[in-house]
Amino acid sequence: MSVARGLSLQNGDPIALASIPDIPLGPFRGSIISAVADGARIAALFAIPVSANTARLVIVLAHGRTGSLAVATTEVGESYPALTPDCPQAHWFEREIAEQWGIRPEGHPWLKPIRFHRAYRAGRDAWGRGQDEPILPSVTRFFQVEGEEIHEVAVGPVHAGVIEPGHFRFQCHGERVLHLEVSLGYQHRGVERALVGGPTRRTIPYMETLAGDTTIGHATAYCQAAEALSGCSISARAVALRGVALELERLANHTGDLGALSGDVGYLPTASYCGRLRGDVLNMTALICGSRFGRGLVRPGGVAFDLEPERVADLRERLDRTLTDVAGAVGLLWESPSVMARFEETGPVSREVAEALGLVGVAARASGLERDVRFDFPSGIFRWAQIPVSTWQTGDVFARAWVRWLEIQRSAEFIREQLQALPDGPLRTPLGQPVPNQMVVSLVEGWRGEICHVALTDESGRLEHYKVVDPSFHNWMGLAMALRDQEISDFPLCNKSFNLSYCGHDL
Amino acid sequence: MLKELIARVRQGYRTIPYPTSRPVLPDRFRGRPELDPAACRQDCRACAAACPTGAVRFDGDRPTFDMGRCLFCADCASGCPPGALRFTRDHRLAAWAREDLVVRQPQPERAGPPDDGRLRLYRRALKLRQVSAGGCNACEADVNVLSTIAFDLGRFAIQVVASPRHADGVLVTGPVTENMKLALEKTYLAVPPPRLVIAVGACAISGGPYVDHPEAHNGAAGIVPVDLFIPGCPPHPLTILDGLLRLKASKE
Repeated sequence: MSVARGLSLQNGDPIALASIPDIPLGPFRGSIISAVADGARIAALFAIPVSANTARLVIVLAHGRTGSLAVATTEVGESYPALTPDCPQAHWFEREIAEQWGIRPEGHPWLKPIRFHRAYRAGRDAWGRGQDEPILPSVTRFFQVEGEEIHEVAVGPVHAGVIEPGHFRFQCHGERVLHLEVSLGYQHRGVERALVGGPTRRTIPYMETLAGDTTIGHATAYCQAAEALSGCSISARAVALRGVALELERLANHTGDLGALSGDVGYLPTASYCGRLRGDVLNMTALICGSRFGRGLVRPGGVAFDLEPERVADLRERLDRTLTDVAGAVGLLWESPSVMARFEETGPVSREVAEALGLVGVAARASGLERDVRFDFPSGIFRWAQIPVSTWQTGDVFARAWVRWLEIQRSAEFIREQLQALPDGPLRTPLGQPVPNQMVVSLVEGWRGEICHVALTDESGRLEHYKVVDPSFHNWMGLAMALRDQEISDFPLCNKSFNLSYCGHDL
Repeated sequence: MLKELIARVRQGYRTIPYPTSRPVLPDRFRGRPELDPAACRQDCRACAAACPTGAVRFDGDRPTFDMGRCLFCADCASGCPPGALRFTRDHRLAAWAREDLVVRQPQPERAGPPDDGRLRLYRRALKLRQVSAGGCNACEADVNVLSTIAFDLGRFAIQVVASPRHADGVLVTGPVTENMKLALEKTYLAVPPPRLVIAVGACAISGGPYVDHPEAHNGAAGIVPVDLFIPGCPPHPLTILDGLLRLKASKE
């Protein structure tokens, strides 16, 4: 059975593990390659150990056009023929599989660790490193360009600003960047491994800190999964409040990003206004739940805080005031030739490259791809309230800024609509026991893009395996491609235009 | 140019008057916890059972509350049937000594600032290098926001600088992952002595949700000597600012 025609499911639908087609490796590979060539996208590809020497590869393909997901598995031993040469989207996933479980994807063109930790199966290592051999981040070979006038620039892990750590290696000819290699793993905290056997009291804090600026996004993805696994249906009021919180998170981060982009081209008015305005949006989230990042708000079965009529009125008033100021601050960008000259044609990613790499979120939409979980795989409030997908065609820094501005307006409109008529219902619905031997794929359009959580339960209903794919996991390679043939001094600007998560990637 | 001037007038003056006037924090903000052991039910301990990080513990019959481990989720307070534990809106949480983050009744006298003469050096200007060592970007974001016009850290002559060579100390966030341990040590050593270390957030103080993970080190104190602890998950920007101002005024 081919994956494309295999088990088809919807975002947030639980399925019995026994119903997932387990197919031989050959057809498994072939059908992934043909499905991706046909427009499907790899949402997740990971391994689950079966025995000391065998593991099961799990593929989740996203068919944006039909709004359905396809799932299949295959059994592999110590190695298997890599997908990456035929399907570049698999590149990072296969490196992750090799690092986590010591399974070698043979023929992978650039098989290196992505997080620099020991394999989860004792004694296994895809690179044959001994148990006593230290594993140090970024201590590995890097892509090198050779030539008399070629030079290499290495930056990080500690950067000049207040940002998370990562290492960037540039191959340059003069000022021109021929190639950028991104080396991460510094933030690896072992979240996925700690989730196994749960849920525990720490599960929600893990979700809320997977990527702290995406607290609502990741917590919602987890809660959707937990609710699906225990057959719990939450109230209309709870889904509306989650939607409001998710869009506030998008508003805050997009506003902050536009300010930071402005700062990176030395245009200080918008930089300083948006820095303050981002805080005003965070304070709206704090008005709802006491925390600027939405900590404590999204909980399995619903939400922990309600919006009384006075709070709704306060929120609406603040939203209107803030949006007026954001419009004024952001409008300056498009009217300033000095800004536009730096935004336009800098860091372009073509539609073809975006598609081949499987980019998601703002980065994908800025390259002309109509790709948005809220539209393609709607769950929660987005089943009833549609937000138009915002796209632009040029794929450059300008496009990534402009798409953010379009999304700010549309998110604000959505929040206004929701606040006008919040549905009734209990804040929280008690969760039953999770059903054993099930799997669920939960997708949420976080502010960076598609958040994918895959949860599997064991025979007692506990989490047997939990896979997190932060949008950054798909998009770091997009940043590397955006830098090709650019001035190295444009790196901060390009990096900010993607604004990817380090800890969301490193887990 | 005219458009910029009009925008400037419309945006107005936005720097908050902190610390000259008391800030208004949202009514649901969770700040310094308060204990009323007299209201505690015998052998109840629901608060300790509800805590995800072991921040609430019992010293005999008396509850103690470790702000250094706390994520301020308030699961303890909602699990406390008699209301013996509640979160106030007091944002001032920083402490000079790790044990002073533990709230107990009665509260022992808290340690003062280090008396080795270092704080005298920072009265006129304080420069800090930030190191994220497994931080989730929430603590980082709320440190960063201090440099925006709303808080305007510069008016206190405090600045986050690009190089440890230009810094008086390091401000650490995150539980200190194994993969960031060496980078943190090197950054610390690159600061010219005498050095200062500030741990911001539950992760940097105790490991936070990542306490006892083999991939992390339960905070900064096991790697570098911490002088000031600023708890929270993440701490409110004003909590961080209040902590930093203690370094300048060398107040308790």
